[in-house]
Parts: sequence; C-alpha cells; structure tokens
Amino acid sequence: MSANLVLVVVVGVLFAAGVYLLLERSLTRVLVGVILIGNGVNTLFMVASGPAGRAPIVGQGDVDDMSDPLPQALVLTAIVITLGVTAFLLAMAYRAWQLNGHDDVQDDVEDAAIRRRAERDEVSSSYDDSAGGTMDEEGSDDAAESSEAAAAGVGPEGERR
Amino acid sequence: MNASVLVPLPVVLPLLGAGLALALGRSARAQRVVSVVVLALMVIIAAVLLAHADADGPQVMHVGGWPAPIGISLVADRLSALMLLVSVVVALCVLVYSLSQGLVEYGPDTPLSIYHPTFLILVAGVSNAFLSGDLFNLYVGFEILLAASYVLLTLGGTADRIRAGSTYVVVSLASSIVFLTALALVYAATGTVSLAQLAGRLDELPSGVALLLQLMLLTAFAIKAAVFPLSAWLPDSYPTAPAPVTAVFAGLLTKVGVYAIIRTQTLLFPDSPLSDLLLWAALLTMVIGILGAVAQDDLKRMLSFTLVSHIGYMVFGVALASDDGLSGAIYYVVHHIVIQTNLFLVAGLIERRGGSTSLERLGGLARLSPVLALLFFVPAMNLAGIPPFSGFLGKLGLMQAGVDDGDRLAYVLVGGSVVTSLLTLYAMAKAWNRAFWQPPAAEPDGAAGPTTDLHRKPLRTDAPVSSRVAAVALRAGMAGPAAVLLLVGVAMTVFAGPLFGLTDRAAADLRERAPYIEAVLPGGAP
Repeated sequence: MSANLVLVVVVGVLFAAGVYLLLERSLTRVLVGVILIGNGVNTLFMVASGPAGRAPIVGQGDVDDMSDPLPQALVLTAIVITLGVTAFLLAMAYRAWQLNGHDDVQDDVEDAAIRRRAERDEVSSSYDDSAGGTMDEEGSDDAAESSEAAAAGVGPEGERR
Repeated sequence: MNASVLVPLPVVLPLLGAGLALALGRSARAQRVVSVVVLALMVIIAAVLLAHADADGPQVMHVGGWPAPIGISLVADRLSALMLLVSVVVALCVLVYSLSQGLVEYGPDTPLSIYHPTFLILVAGVSNAFLSGDLFNLYVGFEILLAASYVLLTLGGTADRIRAGSTYVVVSLASSIVFLTALALVYAATGTVSLAQLAGRLDELPSGVALLLQLMLLTAFAIKAAVFPLSAWLPDSYPTAPAPVTAVFAGLLTKVGVYAIIRTQTLLFPDSPLSDLLLWAALLTMVIGILGAVAQDDLKRMLSFTLVSHIGYMVFGVALASDDGLSGAIYYVVHHIVIQTNLFLVAGLIERRGGSTSLERLGGLARLSPVLALLFFVPAMNLAGIPPFSGFLGKLGLMQAGVDDGDRLAYVLVGGSVVTSLLTLYAMAKAWNRAFWQPPAAEPDGAAGPTTDLHRKPLRTDAPVSSRVAAVALRAGMAGPAAVLLLVGVAMTVFAGPLFGLTDRAAADLRERAPYIEAVLPGGAP
C-alpha cells in the first residue's frame, strides 16, 4: 500500500501540536489538544484507507475504483465520540473555573499533604518513634497520640472528605 | 436451541432501559423499577448465555445480518459470558445498595434523575466491551463506559469530584487516543478490525510491525486496567466518588481492561515476545500497589491501592500464557470483581456508621456494629488470601502455574505474589485493628481539650469536622447487597471445583484460538 505523504505530514503535525497541548495543565488547552489529536487520528484513518476513489455504492462502477468505505464509517463514529467528550470536557472546565477561578488540573491531595508535611518536618501520625523506630499498626497508643493530635490539628490528609 | 439471539440483549436492554429511565426522570420510583428490572433480566440472560457457551461453544450474532468480516459480530464465548454474568450480578447488587443509600445524602443539588440512566449506560458499555468480536466495537464499548463513568465520577460537581474527575478524564482520554491510533494502524497493516480475521492476518505481518501494534494496544489497555507504571491515576480519582460509584468502578472498569488484555494477548498475539515485559509489569504492579496500600490512613484510598496491586496477579497469569496461568487469571478476575466491589460497599457502610473512612478517626466499630464487622472481615480475609476463601484458591492456582513454568522470572513472580499477599493481610489487619478493635478514642469526661482534640472524640458524638456524612444506623437495603456479595464470594470457595473447571475450559479455548475463530468465520478466513 502506498501512503499519501501530505496526509502523513498533516497527521504528524496534528499529533505534535496535540501532545504539546495535552501536557498543559489548563483543561481548556487539554481540550484543544484532544481535538487536534482526534483530527490527527481521523486523518490517519484516511491514510489507512488507501487512495481516494469513487463513492462506494454497489452497482455504480468498478469495485477497484471505489474508495474503502470502512475507515470512513470508523471515522464518523470517532467524530461523534469526540463531540460528546468535548462537550463533557468543556462543561467540566467551566465548572472548575466556577469553583476555583481557574481550570487547571490540580495536584493529588496526597501529594499536597506530603509536601505540607515535608515543609513542617512532620512524621505520619501512625509512626511511633519511641519504640526504636518500628511501625505500630495500632497507631493509637500513648506515644503516638501526641503527634497524632498535633497532626490532626494542622490537617493532614484526613482533612479531605 | 440456538441461544445466539440472546447475545445482543445485554447491550440493547440497558440502553433501552437508560432511555426509558431518562424519560421517566420525574418519577424516582419508576426509574428504580426500570433499572432493577433491566439488570435482573440481564442476570438471567447472562446465565443462559454462559450455560449455552459452555455446552455448545461460542454463541455468535452478526449484527444486521452481515457476516463476520463485513458486519460487526457479537460473540459470547466462555470467557465473555462468565465475565458478563459476574459483572451484571455485581452491578445489580451495587444498584440495590445505591437505592437504599439514597444519593440525597450528597446534598440537595445532586441531579438524581441522571444517576439511573448513566448507571445503565455504564453497564451497556461494559457488556459491549465483553461481547465485542470486533476491535473497533471494543473501542466503542470502552467509550460508552468511559463517558458514563465521567458523569458518575463528577456527580454533583463538587470541588473534590471535579478535581478527581479532571485527572481521571484526561488520563482516560489519553488512553482512548492511544487505542484509536492503534486501531488506525491495525487497519492500515491488515485491512480488518474483526478480531477473528485479525488473528490470522497478524500472524503474517513482519514481526516488528506486529510488535508495535501489540505494544500500542497493551499501553491503551494497561492504562484502563491500571497496570504499573500506568496506574497512578486510580488511587487519586476513585475515592472521592459516592460509595456505590466507586464500588462499581473498582469491580468493573479495571476488569474490562484486564479482559481486553486477555482477549488480545491470547487471540491476536499468541507466542508474544512481550511476556517477560508483562511479568515485570505484573511484579511491579503487585508490590508497588500494595506498598501504597500499607502507607494509607484512609480506608477508601487503601482499597484503591489494593485494587491496583491485585491487578498484578491477573497480569501475572496472562503473561505466563499457559493453560493453568490463564485459568488462574480468569478465576482471579471473577474473584476480584466480587471481593473488591464488596469491600468498597462495606467502606461505604463504614463511612455511614462511623462517620468517616479515615482510620485515624474510626474505632470501636466491632462493638458498635457486629454485623458490619462480619461484613468487613470476611471479604478482607478473602482478599488477603486466607484459606479456605477464593482469594487463596486463586493465588494458589496462579502460583502453581508460575512454578510449573519453571522460568527464573516466574519464580520471582511467585515470591512477589506471596509477599503481596502478606502485605495485603497486613494492610487489612491494620484497617481491622484501627477501625474495629481499637477502642473508640477515649472520651474521658472533662478531658475534652481545645480544638485540636476534635478529631479524637468518638465520631458518633462528634460534630463532623471534615466529613459531612452523619453517622447513622445501617439500613437493611444497604447491608443486604453487601451480604449477598459476601455470600457470592464464599460460594466461589464452595463451588471452586466447577468454577475452576469452567475457567480451565475457557483458558483451553483461548489458547486453542480455533473455537472462537471458527464460530465467527464458519467458512474460514477470506
């Protein structure tokens, strides 16, 4: 099968731009990236379908002259799916903007808690240093309680609902 | 009798039900009736399909009457039908649980009327993925269930869920893109997307091209199945959703990814050059996942990490690519769907009864609610693999398959799975000790200190600080489904013989490939 060079280059450019945008933190840019890559994949299907030809309708000409109808059907399905996902992502980005004033993808709560602890040089509330540095699975004996209370007061990861 | 007319029903019924439920949006009761009836019907259909697939071989339906390479075929072989049956049973239990839980507790603004239709669409997507005999239709199944899962995960649109949802949606989109690109390349290389036809045509491809296609498909499915190093999204996004939603996601969504890995690895890429890579991925998934679970203080997050960890067992079985390995993997998938869903449902019950899922704040639940203790203890021990539960049998089957393999790496994996099992037991014992056995944090009269002491008061009397869920008594409608799942889990021990017989036959079919291909393409591949 010979591929169409122009289409292949278009696919490459769309993917490159899409991946760049997908790596951004803002959901709106991610959305644009998804749309670009989606179009890139659709074009890739066109590459896969081989040379263009006549409309693939039985009895309207020689079968060898027709273009391959299956990739077009697949692309149509993919376009519809992309449309739905785009609508959802837009709604979600808008909601994130309503709530936070920006639509950035946020850090994991756990990451945030660990960073906060590192800054304050705290240990986990279930870590019991008095028993020679061994972990205590109960995590509630007297030695651990003071640090537990302190940790609870300043809001460790348990602060999340 | 030919049962193939039943094959499309598990996809069509929930979609029709979803439409009906959406139209009946004003009547909560009508919605409930529709979704319960649809799922109950699906359980019956899936059971009939499994019986026929086991007795008469794969049941095939060519949608629209177009024969296989042209039209889309839906295939219910032993593996598909078994997965379908377990999934639908679990989905029904979760639905009944959520009826009773009443999503009302998540605030008056929660759009209740969309919960049931979305849940049914999720089930339709899962069924479509299991039954699909066509790679593109598998993609469509994935997209249906993903779109439904986006909505369920961000239900109500609270700040927490939007945060968790944005990670989940972006990661899922990335995996969909990889899958779709792989599809385009598969079509370019072979000119077909029918699984049965691909099985023959991929063999003829140059090994480099086939390897690339295999890697791309594996990447896409590994993100969905949460195989390390593509698993980091899961523990962050699942715990914030409502309990039934987390439960159904944990039970079904990752397992659809595992199913896709099993299907493509056995049917499309037998004699895979990547089995060593898969074995390493399985080992890392198991060990790193469970280390994450050990470090967690929140029950739901801990369960999310054990979910990731135990995906490793299934990948282990698939990577061995022997009859015993696959059989063990399939048994483990079935076991894990039931047990993990059960545990998440129980976590929802604990949240309701104790007012929190943070192990730091729970305590004394064993005395407070012995029923809840039993509901947690049995599946927890089952997950850890204590004899005689099904978790033990599944792990034993996989380890035997690993030892039979005899390769040094396989022995490492056997060791890794023992360690993982022990650490699972440790994590579960920790949760049990802290939430159930440890006395409720002391409430000495007069000792109630300043505000920093708030968290240490027993939560039943505590004005919830960070958890808005009031601690209330259990309702039979919520405990019931969890108890049913517990019994299903125990039944997998009692009927382990027949079940292992079934998975053995399913694994033999998968390895042989011919039954599937001949059922879909009776005249041989054109």
